[in-house]
Amino acid sequence: MSGLLMPKPDDATMRRRDEIVADMRIIVPGEGVVDAANSMRAFESDGLTAYRQLPLVVVLPETVAQVSRVLKYCNDRNIRVVPRGSGTSLSGGALPLEDAVLLVMSRFNHILEIDFPNRIVVAQPGVTNLGITTAVEQEGFYYAPDPSSQIACSIGGNVAENSGGVHCLKYGLTANNVLGIEMVLMNGEVVRLGGKHLDAEGYDLLGVMTGSEGLLGVVTEVTVRILKKPETARALLIGFPTSEQGGQCVADIIGAGIIPGGMEMMDRPAIHAAEDFVHAGYPLDVEALLIVELDGPGVEVDHLIGLVEAIAYRNGSTTCRISQSEQERLSFWAGRKAAFPAVGRISPDYYCMDGTIPRKELPRVLHGMRELSEKYGLGVANVFHAGDGNLHPLILYDANVPGELDKAESFGADILRLCVKVGGVLTGEHGVGVEKRDLMPEMFNQIDLDQQMRVKCAFDPNHMLNPGKVFPQLRRCAELGRMHVHRGQTAFPDIPRF
Amino acid sequence: MTTFTPSTAAETLSTVAWAAAEDSPLEILGHGSKRGIGRPLQTEHTLDLSKLSGVTLYEPAELVLSAKAGTPLADIESLLAENGQQLAFEPLDYGPLLGGELGRGTIGGVLAANLCGPRRLKAGAARDHILGVAAVSGRGEAFKSGGRVVKNVTGYDLSKLMANSWGTLAVLTDVTFKVLPSAETEVTLALRGLLDDHAAAAMALALGSSTEVSSAAHLPERVAARVAGGSLGNAAATLLRVEGFGPSVAYRIAALKDLLGNAGPLEEISGDISHSVWRDIRDCAPFADGLEKPVWRVSMAPAQGHQMVLALRMQAAADAFYDWQGGLIWLRMEHGDPEADLLRGLVRQYGGGHATLVRAAPSHRAAVPVFEPQAPQLAALLARLKAEFDPKNILNPGRMAPAASSATLGTATEGAAL
Repeated sequence: MSGLLMPKPDDATMRRRDEIVADMRIIVPGEGVVDAANSMRAFESDGLTAYRQLPLVVVLPETVAQVSRVLKYCNDRNIRVVPRGSGTSLSGGALPLEDAVLLVMSRFNHILEIDFPNRIVVAQPGVTNLGITTAVEQEGFYYAPDPSSQIACSIGGNVAENSGGVHCLKYGLTANNVLGIEMVLMNGEVVRLGGKHLDAEGYDLLGVMTGSEGLLGVVTEVTVRILKKPETARALLIGFPTSEQGGQCVADIIGAGIIPGGMEMMDRPAIHAAEDFVHAGYPLDVEALLIVELDGPGVEVDHLIGLVEAIAYRNGSTTCRISQSEQERLSFWAGRKAAFPAVGRISPDYYCMDGTIPRKELPRVLHGMRELSEKYGLGVANVFHAGDGNLHPLILYDANVPGELDKAESFGADILRLCVKVGGVLTGEHGVGVEKRDLMPEMFNQIDLDQQMRVKCAFDPNHMLNPGKVFPQLRRCAELGRMHVHRGQTAFPDIPRF
Repeated sequence: MTTFTPSTAAETLSTVAWAAAEDSPLEILGHGSKRGIGRPLQTEHTLDLSKLSGVTLYEPAELVLSAKAGTPLADIESLLAENGQQLAFEPLDYGPLLGGELGRGTIGGVLAANLCGPRRLKAGAARDHILGVAAVSGRGEAFKSGGRVVKNVTGYDLSKLMANSWGTLAVLTDVTFKVLPSAETEVTLALRGLLDDHAAAAMALALGSSTEVSSAAHLPERVAARVAGGSLGNAAATLLRVEGFGPSVAYRIAALKDLLGNAGPLEEISGDISHSVWRDIRDCAPFADGLEKPVWRVSMAPAQGHQMVLALRMQAAADAFYDWQGGLIWLRMEHGDPEADLLRGLVRQYGGGHATLVRAAPSHRAAVPVFEPQAPQLAALLARLKAEFDPKNILNPGRMAPAASSATLGTATEGAAL
């Protein structure tokens, strides 16, 4: 497990496994409890497949009451619980623990309500991201956040990870598109936040829950807003001799007041891998390839395409194609959307990173990555949500070569340190999970992390829900709650007062 | 009575650390422009952040701005305007409604009150644009959260938690917001003479089309005359704002006219009048009357708002107008009594939401929960969260809910301390 330290399994829980399995069968009757090792194998990892672990038992509840009873049962007996949606997390957020119940929400797969006048869908958490769009597209509506795993990933998992996607530059992240949730706390209490109305009535718990990586509560219902599909969308495919020129073009587009529906960049290795794989017609003699998609009424799209084309030309683009048909637009995207599997063809394994940087730092970070690539002797290809600075370096390695996984992980950690150094962050959309857990101190000091953990304490004071994720070191809530104050200090004589 | 006026984050930290050590509650103030919202405070000392001021980072091409929490919002808005940019969430100005001046308020207050405006439907509120904060908790510890980039899921989003916390969790010292280009062109389409239910239907139709309406408000008869210096006249006005590049706006206005041509007489409003109409709707100008009649700000599902108002009027005299496609209801209670239980009961009956008593006499604000009371288990969770940030209850104590004693897990105390 590549040196990853997880919470020590609780002996008492391990010894009582048979009893726990039997009790789970009482709470969730029928086929909802899986305890045979070969059947649990399907759940041993999520999208971060470098880490695997069989859980204590897999439980697939069907009702909110069952979720509540499972959590309360576990809370009362100090049994850990790991929640899981579709298991597409790229950061190990749903990695099982040896002594934990794996609570799989996939049977919560119904759309509960579609409300067109209020433009809202209420869904169970196991409904896929794309499933929401599918349910409303006959009326011309869609759900905007579109993570690349949208065929498989669940809306509950999207809430846990605050998922983004290609279109979030213009239409926002999950946090901006979810209006309400129902969730169950570790003690079994059912709490509702928000609803069909806008904004929180008190503290913005919905904002905190979104992106909390399954550590605060188990989501059992999600209310999202839907949007009318734009009338039309067209894309430009623009090549540049240097990444600096590509980066400047991105800055100038935004500087001109244009917020494209999507704006993606690929570097030379990614362009070549994608072109070899899907033959999208990408130019092979460029260092940076930019896809700019504009959506809206036809007249607006035509107007903006003219502006973007001129900006690209001013920045020294050597090739610029404008989609003339829906088919051509999709062909521009085909290479970008196939970038991960395309890289998978040129390397036995690849490791996908997810830092975000201020856009202007792109040339510096790409340069730094090339140096690291030489240092570690591993290749790297880059795809980049250029509009919002979210970088996905794909590190190429071979897991069968002893030591290469460790090397790839060290390379990845160095890339993320570089992102933080230039004013960016460790993860833009994939989450901390176990993958970036031990890098958290690169961004936060102990006081910052303690305050985040205190939020956890308000929800789950015994660290029973998804422990070992996000925080590098778990501290007991009683210890975190202590205040170290010294009475009678002279108060800041230099602060003005009147 | 001491007023502390720190000019650095370090001075702010030492003030709060001292107050925590002394168990001495603080009222947290920026300009005090929203001081009249919430339960009246009885603190011995005041922490005035208006000297903690200044923009610390502004990179227009990166769409990001950082400022110290006490920086005047007006300064930030004019700096952005010089660069053709804006805070897209259009923070409302409570000044006139609460009997104060226009143009006061700090950027920290914008986040603490989670301000927004008519563009809420499309662009969100302060919570949707905050990227990062630095703050001092009631424990007397300085912490930070978030960063300066839009896409960031590193750790819990404590920045959003500051939104709508009204200074009860932590004292903000620095905030970083996403900024956006201002629209090149703005045109408003007004449908005249509609009753509330027809207006709700027309707004739902418009928002359900691909015309990207950025704001939709309904000013019933007589209310319409109270915006933009009376230039709309007296007849009910259902207003749809379309923003963007010139050719696109023209196209979409034409599409809306096709869509709504049968609904009633149509007028196009542009330029300064359009701007001032939306500014007045944003600031609740129709009820900025210098009186003390209670004013409510109610958020509900858009299609249910006017039904709730109709039911309310069966039992109480209330003047009303609507923003956010009908989902934001501004209510002025004509007989002086807030009628909180009646109103909140009806909001629940018509699909739920929340009602905030944004203007009322201090005696009413002391007696009636200004913020929507929560279900017991949620109230207990919020109280535990408050205790994790401010265990000694020294930051704006009682402003959001009456103080109660216990905030321990499992004791679901209704109305526990926030």
